Amino acid sequence: MPFKSYDVVVIGSGPGGLAAAIAAKKQGADKVLVIERDLELGGILLQCIHNGFGVEIFKEDLPGPSYAQRFIDEILLLKVDTLLDTMVLDITPERKIFATNKLLGIIEIQAKAIVLAMGCRERTRAQVRLPGSRPAGVYSAGTAQRWVNVEGYMPGKSFVVLGSGDIGMIMARRLTFEGAKVERVLEIMPYLSGLMRNYVQCLLDYDIRLQLQHTVKRIIGNSRVKAIESVQVDEKWQPIPGTEEIIPCDTLLLSVGLIPENELSRKAGVLIDPITGGPYVDNEFQTNIKGIFSAGNVVHVYDLVDWVTEAGYIAGKAASVYAQGSSPAKREMISMKAGSNVRYVVPHKIDKTRVAQEEMRLQLRATTPIEKPVWVEVTDGKNLITRRGLLYARPGEMVTVSLKPNQYDIVQKAQELVINISPR
Amino acid sequence: MNEETKIICVACPKGCRLRINRQGETIVVSEQSCKRGEQYAVQEMTDPRRMVASTVRIQSNSHSLLPVYTSAPIPKGKIQPLLMELRKINLRAPVKMGQVVLKDALGTGIDVFASRDIN
Repeated sequence: MPFKSYDVVVIGSGPGGLAAAIAAKKQGADKVLVIERDLELGGILLQCIHNGFGVEIFKEDLPGPSYAQRFIDEILLLKVDTLLDTMVLDITPERKIFATNKLLGIIEIQAKAIVLAMGCRERTRAQVRLPGSRPAGVYSAGTAQRWVNVEGYMPGKSFVVLGSGDIGMIMARRLTFEGAKVERVLEIMPYLSGLMRNYVQCLLDYDIRLQLQHTVKRIIGNSRVKAIESVQVDEKWQPIPGTEEIIPCDTLLLSVGLIPENELSRKAGVLIDPITGGPYVDNEFQTNIKGIFSAGNVVHVYDLVDWVTEAGYIAGKAASVYAQGSSPAKREMISMKAGSNVRYVVPHKIDKTRVAQEEMRLQLRATTPIEKPVWVEVTDGKNLITRRGLLYARPGEMVTVSLKPNQYDIVQKAQELVINISPR
Repeated sequence: MNEETKIICVACPKGCRLRINRQGETIVVSEQSCKRGEQYAVQEMTDPRRMVASTVRIQSNSHSLLPVYTSAPIPKGKIQPLLMELRKINLRAPVKMGQVVLKDALGTGIDVFASRDIN
């Protein structure tokens, strides 16, 4: 069995993994390896051919493949090693990685530090429990995206999209560009789950009808989808009898949410937060297993790729420091607690001593929408430490609030930090 | 003539609903709107434009499609004709990111670029 040893091994070469590898190398790690299961680096960005990437980091509006290539070019320039077309099978808590590809067979790799960057997966038909027959023609929006944008196949001619997530809306436009008819987009929630910009530019522009509080009651068809039966739902997601409609179509696309992909993390003993679906992490994105870090959508699903890149830089830098044995000896961890109208906060805990040295960003999501001005408050349970005003808070848009070095004194004394979102 | 239109502003993620009165050449944005919202409304009412991203055929060992995008937003009415033009293109690898795939598309002065390298 071929054996290799590395300072930092990054699993996955999407935006989180690429940034982690770059940061690890720049921070002084000598041997850095990226393992990717696809035939080329870049991850899902390669199939996201639409614009809108890089506005934060590059102040430019780039398509996904261009955003990826800037980092791929840097990886090659920095002489980071890569293993493509390679599947990681197992990771141990001692940071031993078992992987396989068709040239080398089974490969054993000992890493001083690992960055998990496997990204996320789309929720499937089974996970949203769609009743009806099981014909061909039911795909996730991302699968359709890969076929249309990379492989050059059209999955069907007439579509219904379930879920108003961004990928679903972007695919509705893309399929229209390629000559298909998108009959309907159905959303079970009373509000849009993706960005308003995508609703306007992907659906309204092409007269594609969106129905909120609607879902698929049944899929109709034997060998191929012939139609779907839609139904309106009440506030408790219960179907309202008499509101059913048969919508003829040959394909149903699902855009019903993303889940961090952590099968490998679990094998290594990494503890997973049931709310985010990703590892419990500290301010350096280190998991509960020493030397195993994580970056990007594998931790929690971001809205913007730019923030995934930022997370990758932090995790990669910390992994590099760990691999070189120069992690700080003294750490004082303090927990973050999701308070009122906050679903979760990442990181889950931070090293108090670091607050004195650098700005520390906390990222969170609201539980329910508040369509009026709000305060996002960080407290020690009683006293306000810092707060940030926003015009509204929506579950679909991640909120960032920062701790600054001048708040060190009060953070230092706190037992835990509680973050709340409340109307102003 | 007095025409009223409702649009959703996408100048920022908030997504305000704007009511627009068009009195001949004059455009009046009513209801709460910010400066950026007014600019957006005027642009949408006079010359709506969009970025377009699509693919063109390519002959290579690894890929059959090359993703491409417009260097600037193009007039909305030109989107379908542009897609027709892109369907006629058939390139041969190698192609470099940023390479011009279609120059001065439909006389708009806007080029279409390759979104990535394909070797």
